[in-house]
Amino acid sequence: MGWRLIRFYTILVYLFMFLPIAVVVLLSFNANQFGSFPMTGLSTRWFEALWNNEAIMRAFRTSIVLGLMTAAISTVLGVLASLALVRYQIPGRNMITTLLIAPILVPEVVLAVALLLFLNFLDIGKSFTLLLAGHVIFTLPFVILVVQARLISIRRDVEEAALSLGASPMQTFLKITLPQLMPAVAAGGLFAFTISFDDITGTLFWKPGGVETVPTQIFSMLRNSISPEINALGTVIIVLTVGLPLIGAALARRLATKSGG
Amino acid sequence: MSAVTLNNIVKRFGDYTAVHQMSLDIEEGSFVTLLGPSGCGKTTTLRMIAGLLDPSEGEIAIKGKRVNDVPIHKRNLGLVFQNYALFPHKTVADNVAFGLNYRNVSKEDARRKVAEALDLVQLPDLGGRYPKELSGGQQQRIALARAIVIEPDVLLLDEPLSALDANLREDMRVELKRIQQSIGVTTVFVTHDQTEALAMSDKIIVMSEGRVEQIGAPEEVYNTPASEFVAQFLGASNLLSASCTGVSGGEIAVELPGFPRIVIPKQRAPTVSAPGPVRLIIRAERLVLKPEGTVAGEELGVDAAVENVDYQGQSARYFLRVGEQQLQAINMIDDHPFPAGSKVTVQLRAKDCAALPVEART
Repeated sequence: MGWRLIRFYTILVYLFMFLPIAVVVLLSFNANQFGSFPMTGLSTRWFEALWNNEAIMRAFRTSIVLGLMTAAISTVLGVLASLALVRYQIPGRNMITTLLIAPILVPEVVLAVALLLFLNFLDIGKSFTLLLAGHVIFTLPFVILVVQARLISIRRDVEEAALSLGASPMQTFLKITLPQLMPAVAAGGLFAFTISFDDITGTLFWKPGGVETVPTQIFSMLRNSISPEINALGTVIIVLTVGLPLIGAALARRLATKSGG
Repeated sequence: MSAVTLNNIVKRFGDYTAVHQMSLDIEEGSFVTLLGPSGCGKTTTLRMIAGLLDPSEGEIAIKGKRVNDVPIHKRNLGLVFQNYALFPHKTVADNVAFGLNYRNVSKEDARRKVAEALDLVQLPDLGGRYPKELSGGQQQRIALARAIVIEPDVLLLDEPLSALDANLREDMRVELKRIQQSIGVTTVFVTHDQTEALAMSDKIIVMSEGRVEQIGAPEEVYNTPASEFVAQFLGASNLLSASCTGVSGGEIAVELPGFPRIVIPKQRAPTVSAPGPVRLIIRAERLVLKPEGTVAGEELGVDAAVENVDYQGQSARYFLRVGEQQLQAINMIDDHPFPAGSKVTVQLRAKDCAALPVEART
């Protein structure tokens, strides 16, 4: 009796969470020209419209480029920072870790305004570089958290063994540490990409005029009307931000089992 | 030429001195053990030889060449760790071949050397496996093969047997010694296990609190401990307060309450040079329990009461009382152990005793 109630309740919670998403995906295939029920037939016309919508495609390209660059920079910085924090005795190590993780804890609006004011103070205008810098700031903590956790589990004596066998510190890192770290590096990069791709708050503050990312583009389109194109776009984003990490996680698991965890 | 020379090295971590002024010569081809309890500085010393730690003072030379400023990867050393430290993402063969990649060895030669090394550790068929598919003992053999395949100037072993099960540990001990002798590599072995040290070493360096307590061959360290610490750390010893009443030629006479006069050969007490208070050292296994009233031959007899018995199967550890003194004895069991509370005669031989002057206490 008790269990049946819990099961029922759980199903309700899941419905509440995922039904809206399902509706968006479903309506994106609606042939009707209003983005609402009842569905009049199956069609991919909104995906075609999306493909032909220059503004959306531009926003899409911007988001992809921004996401990839954010992921690349955050991953490199994150790996280097983790190595420094885990492998070397740095004075104030805990303090530095806290500071690097802090952007997760500070509300994004505050962070966004702060960066903007700071750059205003320095007399630097808004630019794509600034937008990129902002995204790096708040994706970096995720990379550091993931990579650091993995790095701690890589035994130092394994690296010492490589050194004793004649590998230089750089060769040791490339041949021994990095291959074992790879699942975490990949996961961190994926995190950074999806967070950057999804972000709207910071992006609204930092983007220079005329530059739109997918979320800000949707946001501005919604202000005019609710077009079924947005449902199609939503579907694409869901596939990207849910599908990619899942594939990534599966890849990471396979890599991990191959390398002995 | 010595393989490794330590010249007055000191290692400090902040205010804490881990190794005090240590000098040491390790002969080419010898098996030398750094023995001591945890925190005695033995691993720190090994890591300084390896180049994983820089000494705060002093010089380290390998094969006559000063290596203080030579980084670890240019020292040509074999290093084996307690937890194997195999590369988890590489096969056994790739693990063993790793060091050869950084030496001028052709692919062909490398393959042959790897096969030879795997033969030497008696695991010729495991080349294609990954480390996690091997048992602990097998992993440690692979780690050893990986360290010796590069023909290191010195093989450094940091508690390599400590992670293994008791039975396996003894097999590996014999195996390790066999391999070391067959290739003749100079070996520095770090352990806290006195049995390993006594069984394997040409020379033992007993360390305590960052200082060298004694350097000597296993028998020397065992029979003639240079300090109370060494006497207690190696095996079970009875340390008794006694007084030396006479030093003459090759013998010294020692007296203590409840015991007959004991005349010890001088070589068992090289540091006792004048009458005065001494510490008498008697190994627990050198006290032989006999039924009460057994008449001594050339042995000395002492009446004692058994206070407690620790039964260990083939042998037993007895806690005895002789007057005010408490003694430990470890005897093989013949039939049945003596029960607690029984009266016995303890036999000992004067030549099994050793003595230290009390000033030698540290």
